[in-house]
Amino acid sequence: MGDLVWIFTSAMLVNNFTLTLFLGLCPFMGVSARVSTALRLGAADTFVLVLASLAAWFLNTFILEHAPYLRLISFIIVIASLVQIVEMVIKKVSPALFRELGIYLPLITTNCAILGLAIFQTNRGYGLAQGLFFAVGAGAGLTLALVLMASIRETTELASVPALAKGMALVLIIAGSLSLAFMGFAGLGAG
Amino acid sequence: MTRQATTPNQDLLRGIWRENPVLIQLLGLCPALAVTNSVANSVAMSAATMFVLLGSSFLVSLLKRFVPGEVRISTYVLIIATFVTLADMTLEALVPTIHKALGAFVGLIVVNCIILARQEAFASRRPVGRAMLDALGTGAGFTIAMLMMGTIREVLGNGTLLGYQVFGAAFEPWVVFALPPGGFLTLGFILLFLSWIQRRRAEQARVREWPEGVGERRAA
Repeated sequence: MGDLVWIFTSAMLVNNFTLTLFLGLCPFMGVSARVSTALRLGAADTFVLVLASLAAWFLNTFILEHAPYLRLISFIIVIASLVQIVEMVIKKVSPALFRELGIYLPLITTNCAILGLAIFQTNRGYGLAQGLFFAVGAGAGLTLALVLMASIRETTELASVPALAKGMALVLIIAGSLSLAFMGFAGLGAG
Repeated sequence: MTRQATTPNQDLLRGIWRENPVLIQLLGLCPALAVTNSVANSVAMSAATMFVLLGSSFLVSLLKRFVPGEVRISTYVLIIATFVTLADMTLEALVPTIHKALGAFVGLIVVNCIILARQEAFASRRPVGRAMLDALGTGAGFTIAMLMMGTIREVLGNGTLLGYQVFGAAFEPWVVFALPPGGFLTLGFILLFLSWIQRRRAEQARVREWPEGVGERRAA
């Protein structure tokens, strides 16, 4: 059990997907202007991460043993079709939720966090439960980073920022400081 | 994509600076930030990306008549994934230490938006030769950005360049530049510097256009 808790904490804080592994940067830079949107995207991301983790575990255990060189190709196909299916199911079952998440779901397919999770999980040889904890931790970490970033950006809208720094340069430097703060977790669990 | 015809020269040069994928279009940030903590890693990553770009642009452009519009994106992704698998295996065989340092990020070339963007915007509607020129230019632009990042981060973060000491023994490395925050900060400062240059150039151009007194003379 301790092992699982550690995997969760590590994925969420110590090796935060966005701030220390640079995965899922596109939404981090693009969609993180409002806290409410950030939260919704974070939730959708977490959901797909969990599904991707299940799918990767299934592929690794039952299929890829015989053809490891097909790993990347099969991961990307499965993730893309998975997102498509989830989109259809949500649309049918809960139109309200679909309206909430709608635009973000297809974007998630090309989010490197999802493929990254599948590859990391494979490289580290995680089992089913470990993979699930890893996915939920990674999703929580992504959401945390998105919300932090969105809160800071909402504040900087009212601050007087030098004209030169406006836009991406500012976002990157804020992300740098956030990442610096997350480096503080690096010692966690080492002792 | 612009409708007017471009010359082969433009196809090649556009991606290198004016439409640099990383510094101007801000695509492919994930590898540009993640693996640029040393020059050697940046070079390996750029080479792998260049290979995947050239290979997939070639195939996509060659097969453009046979790919149905509805499934074109999935087809491009499959083609890209195939070349990434090749690059992954080649790196593992040739430079195992660097392959290990790059880790999962070689596989993540599949979701590098630069490559998919070039297929969708250019290779899928141009002849093979032009598509290759475009891939070469875009790859070179990516390499330039990766080398800028890699050099700054290795020199400041480690005090070395390609493993050789640059400063005397008294130099205390700024370790933060080799760590993840350094990636964000380096790119942030490069962008600041570029927009500073751009503004200065715009100001100089204005001064040249309207030297003192010219306005009045024209009016008169």
